[in-house]
Amino acid sequence: MDRESKEILNLIQTEFPLDARPFLKIANKLNITEQKVINTINELKKQGYIRRIGGIFNSSKLGYTSLLCAARVPEDRIYEVAEFISSYKGVTHNYQRNNKYNIWFTVTEESEEKIKRFLQDIKVNTGIEDILELPAIDVFKINAVFAMKE
Amino acid sequence: MLSSLDISIIRKVQEDIPIVPEPYKKIAEELGISQEDLLNKIIEFSNKGIIRRFGAILNHKNVGFNANAMVVWKVPEESIKEITDIMIGFREISHCYRRPVCDDWPYNIFTMIHGQTKNICEDIVQKISELSNIKDYNILYSIYEFKKSSMKYFQD
Repeated sequence: MDRESKEILNLIQTEFPLDARPFLKIANKLNITEQKVINTINELKKQGYIRRIGGIFNSSKLGYTSLLCAARVPEDRIYEVAEFISSYKGVTHNYQRNNKYNIWFTVTEESEEKIKRFLQDIKVNTGIEDILELPAIDVFKINAVFAMKE
Repeated sequence: MLSSLDISIIRKVQEDIPIVPEPYKKIAEELGISQEDLLNKIIEFSNKGIIRRFGAILNHKNVGFNANAMVVWKVPEESIKEITDIMIGFREISHCYRRPVCDDWPYNIFTMIHGQTKNICEDIVQKISELSNIKDYNILYSIYEFKKSSMKYFQD
């Protein structure tokens, strides 16, 4: 990745302009043209570096509840159970991890009842009973920004 | 309380903004409001913490952050504040939470580290362990990513 692309990636993560012409603002900062910024961002999206540009919301402030769960699944059933979990629209993250609790997922819903029902669904449909529920008691930091170094 | 206009704005702003010279103007037109009102709302949501961040979300794997480690720590109750302060001081620590423990799960502090390599992650874990004197921890790497998406609110 060239220097300009890295500079753009750093800028648009941390200080994306809330201005009528955001790409022009970025361009002026980097001493390039607005069109060059737009082309570079389109290219970075096409290449899969940028997932999305927009707002990242605090689910609890929107009245939603989030829950981290960890399921203990027999090795030979991981894919099948993970697929069932991923198919639920409120599941945003789902990973296999190296632990006896080997499937880790986050579910966000409008109510705790809906989450309870979903966990019950997993148990009924897959027979997996051992699921840890690990709600955040305190949040000390959330800042997933990746500094691109030259 | 969120108004129905607030909810319409959230539905738009949680998507991918158009990469055109005046993206906010385009979104505002779709919502039937002025660009200024839209920008003021986004700023208001940010100030209230409803929007955590406005900007690009990267595919961390594609940009070279290949190691995604969830590190879980057993921290004594009375040291939580002091030790999590040390943890969140590291730029590579993107998330830090306290979560409940149970018989099967003794770790109360969860940190996410995104590093270019496992070695980088492990160096940071080592440093935190030395600074905090917490020796009881466990590194859970992601072996496979089944799903990673942005939550879509107010879809019904």
